[in-house]
Amino acid sequence: MHSESPGIRNPAPDASSTAQAMDAEEHRRFMRRRLERIGKWCLPLAVLVFTVWFWDRLVVVNEIPHYILPGPSLVWETLAADFWLLLEALKVTLQITLLALAVAVIGGVGLAVLFTQSRLFEMSLFPYAVVLQVTPIISIAPLIFIYVDNKIVGLLICAWIVAFFPILSNTTLGLNSTDHNLRDLFRIYGASRWQRLKHLQIPTALPYFLGGLRIAGGLALIGAVVAEYVAGTGGIGSGLAFTILEAGYRLQIPRMFAALLLIAATGVLIFVSLSLFSHLLLRKWHESALKKE
Amino acid sequence: MSVVPPMDKRPELLSVKQLGKTFNGEVEALRGMNLTVNSGDFVSLLGPSGCGKSTVLRMIAGLMEPTTGRIGWQGEHGSGSIGVVFQEPTLMPWASVEKNVWLPFRLAGQSLKSARPRIREALGLVGLEEFSDSYPRELSGGMKMRVSIARALATNPRVILMDEPFAALDEITRFKLNHDLLELKSKIGCTILFVTHSVFESVFLSDRIAVMTARPGRVLTEITVGEPYPRDDDFRTSSSYAAYCRVTSESLQQSMLEAA
Repeated sequence: MHSESPGIRNPAPDASSTAQAMDAEEHRRFMRRRLERIGKWCLPLAVLVFTVWFWDRLVVVNEIPHYILPGPSLVWETLAADFWLLLEALKVTLQITLLALAVAVIGGVGLAVLFTQSRLFEMSLFPYAVVLQVTPIISIAPLIFIYVDNKIVGLLICAWIVAFFPILSNTTLGLNSTDHNLRDLFRIYGASRWQRLKHLQIPTALPYFLGGLRIAGGLALIGAVVAEYVAGTGGIGSGLAFTILEAGYRLQIPRMFAALLLIAATGVLIFVSLSLFSHLLLRKWHESALKKE
Repeated sequence: MSVVPPMDKRPELLSVKQLGKTFNGEVEALRGMNLTVNSGDFVSLLGPSGCGKSTVLRMIAGLMEPTTGRIGWQGEHGSGSIGVVFQEPTLMPWASVEKNVWLPFRLAGQSLKSARPRIREALGLVGLEEFSDSYPRELSGGMKMRVSIARALATNPRVILMDEPFAALDEITRFKLNHDLLELKSKIGCTILFVTHSVFESVFLSDRIAVMTARPGRVLTEITVGEPYPRDDDFRTSSSYAAYCRVTSESLQQSMLEAA
């Protein structure tokens, strides 16, 4: 081939073959994506259907009495029959969980901000936050109920202790994870401490905080349920955990299952709504919320 | 179009005198560094890595105190007087392009509305006015760097400090941004202090190249690149460009021997 400048050659493009090869690969990738999309929903559903069917057969074939293992249909019927009773209990548990989560957010974020503003503060208090976290709530709860008269407040304190740590530690990590060049830039432009917190540290910490919040949501529910077990007293204002205990004493096993189902569903609901909340806040910019291209 | 006076008629802006910096009392990064930057200059600091180029820049930006010597500014000098471009674009990923450029104004207490004409103008200068609502992740590496440059020049600073801004970009993008930076400079006549470790880049861009020695760094030679602006791709392939590159390269070799 002849060229005007030395060393330059213009190879003709060989379009047809490469285009077809690409298409076949694209097609395979497309099929795989579609399969994955269907599988994501269908496979768990299939597992659920199979489990329920197996459970039902297990009970029917072995003639297991309902006070040992009720079949899925009986659990469902109990759930419907005791719906209002269970709903009242769910309301109590949910109320404690959400309240504890709210206090955990305020306390966790507040403390995290204090920690990043004052190193002395962090050095003094952080070890105790860890101690509070690693001590099992079930061993602290009885003490709390001795000193706190109001049962609801006691439950709230227990749920809060469990829920606040992930928010505190994640938010602290986030507030300290600012880009060092951006920090320099803020200094060059003479930003005040408050401006740096508001415009740099808090936005940086947001994804970390939301990660902590998702964990804390589940933990608040666990804290509320565990504390209820410990509190143990019945009467008005008793939540789902107490319903399980009480039903257990009376050998109302189907009701235990029904209440358990509700607790699990509540946990899932909390997780899903917090994930959605997190997605809505981050979808514009954060890697975790972006669709893969 | 602003006209920058010839090099010998430019008023002094910044003088660095006998600057020294020692870290932790043992690592001596700089010793007896002298440099003068005049208003309208494009000065490059060229040197081997670890010679203290960035340290000089950080001290000029006020992010670090010199151990010895002083940095003197002519005239009034405040927090809006300096613009900085780092090696990374350093944008806030949660904010749109417009809000990123707003940052210096925002920190000075200016609302988005009142700063908007300046922001628009700055984005226009780097050719990104259509992208003001985009988020950084939607932009290419070169475009992010342009936003960073727009932010640095939006406040109309007395000097723009650039710390190897194009080192992480591919060569094609780097050439384009080199070219656009010169065009920008001739439009607004800003003063630029540019840190680089590339001989070619420093020759293409600057009026003056200050070649630094290895650690402890100081300016060993200053090379004046007499080629008039605007410079374009013809300059890149010209024999004078090659000659400047050779001189600068030799001087850089010399500076490394000097320290050893």
